[in-house]
Amino acid sequence: MNERLLQVSGSPHIHSGESVKKIMWSVIIALIPAFLVSIFYFGIPVIILTFVAVASCVVIEYLIQKYLLKGEITIWDGSAIITGLLLAFNLPANLPLWMVVIGAAFAIGIGKMAFGGLGKNLFNPALAARVFLLISFPVQMTTYPIAKPIFHLGADIITGPTPLGILKEGVKNGQPVDSIMHSTQMPDYINMLFGQMGGSFGEVSAIAIAIGAIFLLIRKVITWHIPVSFLLSVFLFAGIFHWVDPTMYANPFFHLLTGGVMLGACFMATDMVTSPISPRGMIVFGLGCGIITMVIRLFGAYPEGVSFAILIMNSLVPLINKGFKPKVFGVAKQK
Amino acid sequence: MKTFKIGGIHPEENKLAKEEAIEVFPIPKQVTLFVTQHLGAPSTPIVQAGDKVKVGQLVATAQTLVCANLHSPVSGTVVKVEPVPDMTGYRKLAITIDVEDDIWEETIDTTSEIRKEITLTKPEIIERIKACGVVGLGGACFPTHVKYMVPPEKKVDYIIVNGAECEPYITTDHRIMLENGEECLIGVQALLIASGAPEARIGIEANKPDAFEHLQRLASQYPNIKVFKLKTKYPQGAEKQLIKSLTGREVPNGKLPIEVGCIVNNITTTYAIYEAVQKNKPLIETYTTISGKRAKTLKNYKIRLGTSISEVLSTVGIPENTGKIVSGGPMMGKAIANINSYFVKGMSSLLFIDESESKRGVVEECIRCGKCVTACPMGLEPYLLYALATRADYEECEKHGIMNCIECGSCQYGCPAFRPLLDMIRVGKNKTGYMIRTRNK
Repeated sequence: MNERLLQVSGSPHIHSGESVKKIMWSVIIALIPAFLVSIFYFGIPVIILTFVAVASCVVIEYLIQKYLLKGEITIWDGSAIITGLLLAFNLPANLPLWMVVIGAAFAIGIGKMAFGGLGKNLFNPALAARVFLLISFPVQMTTYPIAKPIFHLGADIITGPTPLGILKEGVKNGQPVDSIMHSTQMPDYINMLFGQMGGSFGEVSAIAIAIGAIFLLIRKVITWHIPVSFLLSVFLFAGIFHWVDPTMYANPFFHLLTGGVMLGACFMATDMVTSPISPRGMIVFGLGCGIITMVIRLFGAYPEGVSFAILIMNSLVPLINKGFKPKVFGVAKQK
Repeated sequence: MKTFKIGGIHPEENKLAKEEAIEVFPIPKQVTLFVTQHLGAPSTPIVQAGDKVKVGQLVATAQTLVCANLHSPVSGTVVKVEPVPDMTGYRKLAITIDVEDDIWEETIDTTSEIRKEITLTKPEIIERIKACGVVGLGGACFPTHVKYMVPPEKKVDYIIVNGAECEPYITTDHRIMLENGEECLIGVQALLIASGAPEARIGIEANKPDAFEHLQRLASQYPNIKVFKLKTKYPQGAEKQLIKSLTGREVPNGKLPIEVGCIVNNITTTYAIYEAVQKNKPLIETYTTISGKRAKTLKNYKIRLGTSISEVLSTVGIPENTGKIVSGGPMMGKAIANINSYFVKGMSSLLFIDESESKRGVVEECIRCGKCVTACPMGLEPYLLYALATRADYEECEKHGIMNCIECGSCQYGCPAFRPLLDMIRVGKNKTGYMIRTRNK
């Protein structure tokens, strides 16, 4: 028998083949449908803005790792690309590019690397950056281009409020919800479903986001717990208020389709790093996100509450992980 | 179809050798028998160099409760009783015998006739299982008779028989069920008598439909044996999970199956029990699958204990680019460090793992994906136990249930960051166990 050295290690001796890289690239693939839809509705600026956001995230991560931390460069794991994409998706398509770069710097520098990099961050970096930009540049961040299904250059974009903005403004002025819904400004449900409305460019098409989410579910990158509990709590919360007073509160379907609910529930809240670990914790997290979103939308100053809701719930994740542990085999019977 | 609820994974089954009938591996020229072939204390040799032995003759006895007798698998002359490196490289006391002929003890029934009628009484059956050195052949090698020494206040409701064979690659249980199903069921009958249990339940994973149908047909003549199909899901054959699947009962943590009125035995063990009880034949062989994605030959061998591993390897040939040879399943088996060692009881496979598959991936940061948590069949949080064990915080390890870990490896199998979760949890379990024992003193 010829001499040969054998590997020796503890069991298990096989591996599923899943890797962080594969997970991250799956998320990137899952974002493609929503990206294509936004190009269709908002045109070239989407491509430019996305490129700037992704490139700045990757470059900033590289610079921090190379010169500040002097450690391993991990830009190819795809996580910085995702942060860039998600950040871009949460911005109006006509935002000045230098603001995008500031957002990217905040996302990577403060949101991610300051906590210790991938896996250690408490808040979703893209959302943290979005909220940072929203507070710093409220005018530019709430002036949305209106979606039109034609290609056009940045110059002739018509801007206007989002459906939620229209609603909030109308309710504030004492108009009944029913008449706001039928105003000319307001897109109909079919348009909302496909994404022809004002908004951050990646959040507009519910269908495109759902396609991406289904891919992630099949790939087992995400589980149903967070999206379903998030969407369900938004639906129930909005539904109860609509049922009690339909003149003051909009239809629950309206709330599901507008703002960042779909994008938030499927892509932002499901971020592995910043969401709870056990399925029970995930459900609590999703419910919390949904309820806070609706509280902000119905009673808060902002028309839209998904970002804040997810960030608030992000900060509660360590507590949720402590409080909602998985059921341990053989323990329930002893209690 | 029955299954357990918490966690579980489904690795590629790779039951490559399932069509290969069991073949008898030729008797070697020399055998080396470790006195530790089971869980518990080593057995004590009662032969010395120069002694003549027959096949089935007792050569080392069990002196303590958790220990098993050891019999010579060959006839010949004892050469030496000295420590020899085992497959992990540690030197362990072993009896080496030069083989001459194949002369069996007269008390053993060597005919192939199936003896159905059980004439032994309850204590006689347990005594016979003990005398014949039967141990659990599912992998742990726990002395079988100990399980049947039930405290008088406990009642046995079910004998649970494990035909799940949930580990990838291994096919010996599958072949035994197909080829010796009838004997297995007689063995189960003996266990029903030994335990006083009214019913036996056999669980077989759905990926062995032929074995399931075969045993179900055979079991129709026994009203007290029921055969169930189980979902193909790892670790379906783990003791506690199997009880949950077959009876719905949950063994309380830190307790044994008898707590919920169950005793669990592997299907191949029931065959060994049949041979012991009905044929007075001690456990002198092991059933071993030779497999691997690039294995030159796929085999299910019946091998005399003490046969040299390298002799079997040179017979079947080691495939090119073999990076690791594993004894036992790929999920829970041991990587062999020293192939110049010898077969022991319950060594259910020799697997050739490819070079590419044998090396672990580069460890990355935990991204808190929770795959380990959803995979854990015990409802633990492997990522957390890993962190706690790394910090040497054994008080917290205990609080978070580290002692419940069954070391199935499901967490590490699915970890996308290639973290050595189980390695560290094993360390933590060890230290935590030590801490608990010293505290209780």
